[in-house]
Amino acid sequence: MALETLISELTARIPPERLLQQRPQLAPYESDALTSLRARPRAVLLAGTQEEVIDAVRLCHAHRVPFVARGSGTSLSGGSLPIEDGIVIALNRLNRIIALDPRQRLAVVEPGIINLDVSRAAAPHGLYYAPDPSSQPICTIGGNVAFNSGGAHCLKYGMTANHVLGIKAVLPDGEVVQLGGASLETSGPDLTGFFVGSEGLFGVALEITLRLLPKPEAYRTILASYDSLAAAGQAVSDVVAAGLLPGAMEIMDRLAIEAAEASVNAGYPRDAAALLIVELEGEAVEVDAEFAHLRRVIERSGAGEIRVAADEAERARIWKGRKGAFSAVGRLSPNYIVQDGVVPRSKLGEALQRIEALSAAHGTRVANVFHAGDGNLHPLILYDGRVPGALERAEDLAGEIIHMCIELGGSITGEHGVGMEKRRHMPAMFSPDDLALMSSVRRAVDPLELANRGKMLPAGQTQVTAGQHEQAVTDHG
Amino acid sequence: MQHAIPVVELGPQGLAMAKAVDSCVHCGLCLAACPTYKTLGEEMDSPRGRIFLMKEALEGSLTTEEVLPYVDRCLGCMACVTACPSGVAYGDLLAPFRAHAEKTRHRPVMEAAARLLVRTTMPYPRRFRSAVRLGKLARVARPLLPPALRPMLDMLPDSLPASAPLPERIDTQGQRRARVALLTGCVQNVLAPEINWATARVLARNGVEVVIPRSQGCCGSLSLHTGEADQARDLARHNLRVFPHDVDAIITNAAGCGSGMHEYPLLFAGQPDEDAAQVFAHKVMDISVFLYQLGIETPPPLPQPVRVAYHDACHLAHAQRITAEPRSLLVTVPNLTLVEIPEGDLCCGSAGTYNLEQPDTARQLGERKAHNILAVEPQVIAAGNIGCIMQIRKHIRGQSQALPILHTITILDRAYAGLPLLSE
Ligand SMILES: Cc1cc2nc3c(=O)[nH]c(=O)nc-3n(C[C@H](O)[C@H](O)[C@H](O)COP(=O)(O)OP(=O)(O)OC[C@H]3O[C@@H](n4cnc5c(N)ncnc54)[C@H](O)[C@@H]3O)c2cc1C
Ligand code: SF4
Ligand code: SF4
Repeated sequence: MALETLISELTARIPPERLLQQRPQLAPYESDALTSLRARPRAVLLAGTQEEVIDAVRLCHAHRVPFVARGSGTSLSGGSLPIEDGIVIALNRLNRIIALDPRQRLAVVEPGIINLDVSRAAAPHGLYYAPDPSSQPICTIGGNVAFNSGGAHCLKYGMTANHVLGIKAVLPDGEVVQLGGASLETSGPDLTGFFVGSEGLFGVALEITLRLLPKPEAYRTILASYDSLAAAGQAVSDVVAAGLLPGAMEIMDRLAIEAAEASVNAGYPRDAAALLIVELEGEAVEVDAEFAHLRRVIERSGAGEIRVAADEAERARIWKGRKGAFSAVGRLSPNYIVQDGVVPRSKLGEALQRIEALSAAHGTRVANVFHAGDGNLHPLILYDGRVPGALERAEDLAGEIIHMCIELGGSITGEHGVGMEKRRHMPAMFSPDDLALMSSVRRAVDPLELANRGKMLPAGQTQVTAGQHEQAVTDHG
Repeated sequence: MQHAIPVVELGPQGLAMAKAVDSCVHCGLCLAACPTYKTLGEEMDSPRGRIFLMKEALEGSLTTEEVLPYVDRCLGCMACVTACPSGVAYGDLLAPFRAHAEKTRHRPVMEAAARLLVRTTMPYPRRFRSAVRLGKLARVARPLLPPALRPMLDMLPDSLPASAPLPERIDTQGQRRARVALLTGCVQNVLAPEINWATARVLARNGVEVVIPRSQGCCGSLSLHTGEADQARDLARHNLRVFPHDVDAIITNAAGCGSGMHEYPLLFAGQPDEDAAQVFAHKVMDISVFLYQLGIETPPPLPQPVRVAYHDACHLAHAQRITAEPRSLLVTVPNLTLVEIPEGDLCCGSAGTYNLEQPDTARQLGERKAHNILAVEPQVIAAGNIGCIMQIRKHIRGQSQALPILHTITILDRAYAGLPLLSE
């Protein structure tokens, strides 16, 4: 057995406390943040050095065993779901900052470093790392790179891809490459950009060169309540139409407000049907001028209560509530699916209305909390997994919402990735030709489909089982 | 998270355990707060991983023995509860699970002996005092002792402070504003009896009559947090009987006791004493919260300016969400400046009997805490829990430093008395 040969070779190199193989060691790795999917890997390697990762990938290649890279396992789409006949390469201990250059505003980091720790390390130099997924206290830069993760403040500064200058990676065949580098200008194809967002299909990132930004001098954070989601959505369009580019624009609906309030007492207006958070940031004079303008726009947008964060503590509470909202919804329902569709910003109001209608038609509660400025919706579909058929019904509703996003000219994922969970929607978004092209690009990099096999690309891909020759198999997964 | 825990078979505690599992959405936001995840970097030693493992064990797909090593390594610090947006009551899973597991687990002989020794001495001040004296003698024989017993010896102090026993009642100075009963605690009363004296004096000075039931015993928290539920109930039941009902509050100055006594309702769920436990738990208050709510007289200025680093005991900050009150009390002292400790949310590794049962992790965390404290260069360290005080003192000394580490209430007491803080 190729898998067992691989394991014995790994066992010879890695001490047992870092090569997990026992049942209780493997069980906690069975799922990421999408618990409806579970798979127990053959082993988990807690990589201690980059060399160990490279070695492991080379061995996997030699023995044709699939592997899954894992950061902190906060993927919401099953991206870091293990493969049963494969291994997991856990990167969370590979978390050093290799270099931090305040003059060039760069940091070179290992993939397991936690997003927020990059900003913490940069803070003494007045710098920070801008992309701020709500999971930033724990998600890793490696995971962010794989999913091109976004966050509330990516409206102004762009997603992960805009902040990654270079990547050192081990490709699925064991070759180590350096893509991009310390410079913003590159010649030739943007291979760094090619890697970012590839969901772990192109190998494992080992070192990432990140751009750091100077910390904004001032913030102004406004809360506005609305009596409908559509009205809040319209207000977002108004703000943009007024020529303002806030740092963040986020919307939460009644259920999300209720959950977040129960969790952190952020001081959100509890009786509102929708809440809009708008944050301006930048130089103090600029922020002050924009703030007066913003206030007028919001006042005219039919807002009920308008509140401005009085100090940093209140601002922090507002964001804590927003950023903990997905998890806080766990207070309302034992299970939920987080969707991640995108619609053109101009269609936000319409999309929200249709979600409400779909939710009512299915008799299934949907909580909404999302990056309104980007048109990136996050409907959370609540269900009780113990009720037979509830998961399937929730998945159907999620599917309908996703199809609506495509219909409105949007996309099936904004930032959480396709992973396993949205794989089945790929054919609705892309033509067979598009998909075939994606597969051939993937196979050009990874002919054996070892890296994160089965993720992102839908059924019908080439699949190679250990020791066999390539053959096309149909995967009904 | 979905589960198939046999709730009915497990009784009232089963319901609480299932509820905690239910409300966990496996998001991982608690990982960054967890001291064991931070030091060991593996999912099994994270809150999310432990919840999953306990669920699997309760469902029967893993055996209890399989998951226990990871559950044992949990400090019970409850940092994950503070971090969790979904409101997972991790403590409601952990304590009943430990009790459930204790019924069937097999411990190596020496480990069982060590636990028995802890169980039969620590909650009983007289026995504990003798044990400390014996332990001192036993140190000579340390190399001959089995490893399981060595950390216990290492924790024992060189000498025990002598202190007069507290009277049964201490009258107020001036007008009476409240009447409280004081839990004197078991370990603390042996190791640092002056903390109780300080508590009583500060209360009396602020118009509070203090009743100190002489027949009171250990509150049972130590047993509760190590899975000895029956012993915890026996001890708690005794105190339910002997504490007076006509008091405004039951005061504790030990964070672990406070958090444990707040867990009485779950401990007695479905049992005859449940109502009494509810009433009692409702009255329990940490000294800092009580004084803060009461409002205290401003002490005279300290003889010289002092920088004090306040250490958040996990059983105050996380288990009871008490962080502002002790700080507010300390800054009422003129000439006292508070400094914040980096990574202040992180446990110091003391955690009840943890430093006896998991000495390696406890040592790593203790050293990290000492390092973080020294980084802000305080002159005095304040804390609201005897376990933390012992642990931090040990590790500060380990770094060849000799900072005084005082209970919050001791600082107030000295300030009132015009005594300096810069010695222990
Ligand atoms: C409460 C909550 C809130 C969230 N909020 C947001 C949000 O606001 N915005 C957002 O974009 N996402 C959000 N997410 C999703 C998730 O946090 C992100 O996708 C994050 O980037 C995943 O990081 P991770 O370290 O947990 O990666 P993992 O889940 O471990 O892995 C994610 C993917 O990355 C791959 N991978 C990991 N490391 C590497 C590497 N070194 N090289 C190559 N591939 C690798 C894995 O194989 C997997 O496919 C949220 C999740 C949760 C639970
Ligand atoms: S933060 Fe809460 S809900 Fe999320 S994994 Fe931890 S315990 Fe579970
Ligand atoms: S109680 Fe402390 S040690 Fe235990 S899981 Fe929670 S955070 Fe980790």
